[in-house]
Amino acid sequence: MTLKKNILALRQKKAIVEKGGGDKAIEKQVAMGKMTARDRILALLDVDSFHEYDLFVEHEERNFGMASKELAGDGVITGTGTISGAPICIYAQDFTVMGGSLGLKHARKITKIMDHALRMKVPCIGINDSGGARIQEGISALAGYGEIFYRNTMSSGVIPQISVILGPCAGGAVYSPALTDFVFVVENISKMFITGPNVIETVLGEKISQEDLGGARVHAEITGNAHFYALSEMECFDQIKELISLIPHSNQQKAVSVEPKEPKSLKNIENIIPADPKQPYDVREVIHALTDDSKFLEIHELWAANIVIGFGRLNGETIGFVANQPMYLAGVLDCDASDKAARFILYCDAFNIPIVTLEDMPGYLPGVDQEHAGVIRHGAKMLYAYSEATVPKITVILRKAYGGGYIAMNSRHLGADFMFAWPGAEIAVMGPEGAANIIFRKEIMEAEDEDAMRQQKVQEYIEKFANPFVAASKGYIDAVIEPSETRELLLHALEVSKNKDDHRPAKKHGIPPF
Amino acid sequence: MQTEKPEYVDFAVTARKYKTLLTKKYQNRKQWVNPSPYDIQSIIPGTILSVFVKEGDVVNEGAPLLILEAMKMQNRIEMPFTARIKKINVEVGVRIPRETLMIELEALDNE
Repeated sequence: MTLKKNILALRQKKAIVEKGGGDKAIEKQVAMGKMTARDRILALLDVDSFHEYDLFVEHEERNFGMASKELAGDGVITGTGTISGAPICIYAQDFTVMGGSLGLKHARKITKIMDHALRMKVPCIGINDSGGARIQEGISALAGYGEIFYRNTMSSGVIPQISVILGPCAGGAVYSPALTDFVFVVENISKMFITGPNVIETVLGEKISQEDLGGARVHAEITGNAHFYALSEMECFDQIKELISLIPHSNQQKAVSVEPKEPKSLKNIENIIPADPKQPYDVREVIHALTDDSKFLEIHELWAANIVIGFGRLNGETIGFVANQPMYLAGVLDCDASDKAARFILYCDAFNIPIVTLEDMPGYLPGVDQEHAGVIRHGAKMLYAYSEATVPKITVILRKAYGGGYIAMNSRHLGADFMFAWPGAEIAVMGPEGAANIIFRKEIMEAEDEDAMRQQKVQEYIEKFANPFVAASKGYIDAVIEPSETRELLLHALEVSKNKDDHRPAKKHGIPPF
Repeated sequence: MQTEKPEYVDFAVTARKYKTLLTKKYQNRKQWVNPSPYDIQSIIPGTILSVFVKEGDVVNEGAPLLILEAMKMQNRIEMPFTARIKKINVEVGVRIPRETLMIELEALDNE
């Protein structure tokens, strides 16, 4: 007796359920410019590596006519596979099945795969494309969301969690991506908001389109909820693959290392920074001159552009970079920049990724809106994150390092392991103009020609204090180095700190200025 | 990298001006306006349900001025300090947005 009949019946049943909401629904999905959930998984994962679980799960809701509704896979596809050979757990909501709405069984499928990911210590990727809670299921849908958020938090800092927003993600649903480590959005397809335009118009009378309220660009540029922005789903999948190749797959492992390569940028590193401290440059060019193969994956590229964060490789190992960007807002630190850097530092610390900080900042952004927005609280996050991190921390002061910013950008005092400064660095409590105005105020006021006296005093200040040698003489920086030596020194510093063992006082956890 | 030079602007941070680009968020930020204590502004969009005072009335601190229905609640807007009602800019049934100047007060002439 063979199982031939059973096998054929299984294949037929699979074929029907794998169609999700059916051919017509699939046509509608494609017409909206979106891929189907199954196609997305197959495009992202390695060929023939995807294995689906819980294909035949059915909902148990009986109210509101649900008893007669057959929902394929209850609207979500879950399973495991590999990306570039690395095992991952993945789930993708299926918009063709009742709008991808979340019911209890749908949520249980997701929490099951999240539990797998946490136990097996592999990354968990969630593709969100859902109309929200299934109203017919009532509170069970809310219960489902709660169970997902709890697991997002439990997995936070243990395994990388990635959310890909490839459709609407509204109401409670959007808190899951907010709790994960990296959020990917795609132009015209991603929509994230807590209350949608309809409710906003009814309750508050404010008219706004879905795209303007919570489209991809809004989250990539203004709110900072999205870490990566792509113009198409396929581009987004390429970004995910690149990220997976760089990050450790759990907090127990190091990231995959590759063959070290020399940077191939054409510009000599000495020529990137202008001698005049008032002139800007793109700090990414400095990063490209330092990293292996000049490769750098930037995170949050469009938000808080005055600071740059991302992953690059040094000697084949993944390193996290934090760098002030003088090309935008003169590289000042403000609320958004502090938030952006602080969360990234926390991520690197959680996953044992060394951090290299490149400093060139003139201070904090002045302004009533900044103060009232709480720049004090937000700036403190960065101090907290750097102090708490126990990964190897290396800082290179490229040019300006004034006042509070000098401390905040991973100074020796916050626990930097190695502090280097370029010869043109200005490490001072204030910019020369501001300092001269205060310290030599009497001389300037009593002078015959105030402007000339001010210029002279500024010059004096520059010669005496606006250089790296004062800090070097106090031992606050370890060495004043030539730009061309930087990469070599970074590689050496990372080699020396490979087995760094640092501890914090025993505590359940600190109380960061959230 | 970029081949055309971006248009840098002068940007003052404390005493020095730097050449740099501004972000869109920075350019769109709201300028701070000193709020006058004599302006009663709406902090949330809603509908005016009832108005309890008239122009010219002298009203004591804490007395109800109007009811603003917003977010399924009937919010009672009260008098912040004893003064005279100078002007009422809203009527019952009107739906108003945020930061609408609903009522203008003026100080009582000191006796």
